[in-house]
Amino acid sequence: MKDMDDQIPRTLPIQSATFSNPINAEIRRAAATGIYDIRGGGAKRKVPHFDDLLFLGASVSRYPLEGYRERCDTSVTLGTRFAKKPIELDIPITIAGMSFGALSGPAKEALGRGASAAGTSTTTGDGGMTPEERGHSTKLVYQYLPSRYGMNPNDLRKADAIEIVVGQGAKPGGGGMLLGQKISDRVAEMRTLPKGIDQRSACRHPDWTGPDDLEIKILELREITDWQVPIYVKVGATRPYYDTALAVKAGADVVVMDGMQGGTAATQDVFIEHVGLPTLSCIRPAVQALQDLGVHREVQLVISGGIRTGADVAKALALGADAVAIGTAALVALGDNDPKWESEYQKLGTTTGAYDDWHEGQDPAGITTQDPDLAARLDPVDAGRRLRNYLKVMTLEAQTIARACGHNHLHNLEPEDLCALTMEAAAMARVPLAGTSWYPGKDGF
Amino acid sequence: MQTYDLEADGLRGLNSSLQAQNAETNQTSWEIVNPKGSHAIAVGLDAPIEVTVKGSTGYYCAGMNQQATIKVEGSVGPGVAENMMSGQVIVDGDASQYAGATGHGGLLVIKGNASSRCGISMKGIDIVVHGNIGHMSAFMAQAGNLVVCGDAGDALGDSLYEARLFVRGSVKSLGADCIEKEMRPEHLNILKDLLDRAGSDAKPEEFKRYGSARQLYNFDIDNSAAY
Repeated sequence: MKDMDDQIPRTLPIQSATFSNPINAEIRRAAATGIYDIRGGGAKRKVPHFDDLLFLGASVSRYPLEGYRERCDTSVTLGTRFAKKPIELDIPITIAGMSFGALSGPAKEALGRGASAAGTSTTTGDGGMTPEERGHSTKLVYQYLPSRYGMNPNDLRKADAIEIVVGQGAKPGGGGMLLGQKISDRVAEMRTLPKGIDQRSACRHPDWTGPDDLEIKILELREITDWQVPIYVKVGATRPYYDTALAVKAGADVVVMDGMQGGTAATQDVFIEHVGLPTLSCIRPAVQALQDLGVHREVQLVISGGIRTGADVAKALALGADAVAIGTAALVALGDNDPKWESEYQKLGTTTGAYDDWHEGQDPAGITTQDPDLAARLDPVDAGRRLRNYLKVMTLEAQTIARACGHNHLHNLEPEDLCALTMEAAAMARVPLAGTSWYPGKDGF
Repeated sequence: MQTYDLEADGLRGLNSSLQAQNAETNQTSWEIVNPKGSHAIAVGLDAPIEVTVKGSTGYYCAGMNQQATIKVEGSVGPGVAENMMSGQVIVDGDASQYAGATGHGGLLVIKGNASSRCGISMKGIDIVVHGNIGHMSAFMAQAGNLVVCGDAGDALGDSLYEARLFVRGSVKSLGADCIEKEMRPEHLNILKDLLDRAGSDAKPEEFKRYGSARQLYNFDIDNSAAY
């Protein structure tokens, strides 16, 4: 009888798509600890992205420019609307705001070095401006955040631009938390808080609410800085059309739109994965708002969240952005998640490419830490050189594409250069599905 | 005495003139007439000068002040002396929301009442309110002293860090992690000094002190009901 049972074909074990192994593991972890998962980085789930778009390139109706021979300009000027001194950049790829505190001192220095060598700007973060990053950054954007940690008028006047942070793509509507293990003496002093406590970064500004107040806040900042420097307004992508329109109405020189793939130093995983819009979906509505108000190219649009390659840069610009900002990609260029630290990642219970416990301060690469021994692993000169190289490569890639589409400036890229591989991407980017002249929402086929 | 007619000559000229002063200036006394509720009056100053505003102001009067003494002969809108670093700001009338928000230093005196969120996220500033303060005052206050000679509204000191709160009258309710604390001799001395500098005849012994219980400084799931 037993022999017969062994011969009966068995039903293969089937994993539940709903209760997958990662989901079940998270349920068990939550049950064991009583706390939600906190991590760094941006959305890891697959969402429609720039990979779902293709450039069409030149054809009978368009002729290309000669690669390496015919000029394709990459410069961009940000803040031309009201500022006396707009920021002039050699390339349309900027470094997004990341704080000293979240990042080590050598990492901040490396970001400044790399950005400056590539002719672009870098940005402070929560906790204020350090002398090191000001000293190593030719163009430095000063973030004006809800927490106002380290905020002071002297540093405000040293900045080349001010970025009022309303939200960020990883957590629109949420604040932040720098956990106690990263609060060194210096970080504590800069933020006027005791060492070792969890430092909450507020989710909304303490002294204004709504666009009418924001207009007055911008007036105050301009008065304090003699109307010299551009004022950016950064929002997490949620209602891109209206947020862009309201930022323009409030007097912004530049709107920064950060999609859900944009990283954070530390936030609940549930927030990162379930709140906000994919970067691809917010560009056209933001551009539409600028066009409807007659200020497209007068108020510049900076897009961030998951920019990795020159192709991503070119696609964002083709959809109407003036520049992009990178954060996670810049950290990877510095050395984050490098395979050479694999054995140490495994000791932390993770692996190369998946390490995201940036809030715990144990980063083997010395980037997202305040531990002096770990931080010393990062040589800011070498890391800055790697970032410079990466920025240059992305720029060359974007130029290659632009020339192939027949453009002598990256800003001449346009939606007509693109098609989409999926219905979702076609709808979001408002470019035709590949091989058709149609996208969802557009009449005719 | 330099007199500046804000209505006639405009905000930009006013602030650029005041910001141009330094420690060696002989233009140490300024009077601003016709403020008419304008926003961002006397912001970003960084010199030991005295400025008197002859009337009421809008948002952010004396914002980010350093060194200057700014007196408002009227009431002020939201965010007076926000992020002040040093110096003094004295308001004869009432103050709207967020008075002294995120201030790092200096002394803010409000001789009338202050609305909600007075001293929100304060980081070292001293604030003395002769009258009452509204709800959610000293929310997430990090450092400095908030002295209230009258009553305090709901949720005083919610999520407080290391700022000290002194209230003479009633407190409608305390916010999360804010508790009454012992008034020790050193606190009485701090209070006496602040009351003297703010021109108040209130007695330090009439006040109660409030501060952080420090139970929410590091996240603990067992405290989640407090959030």
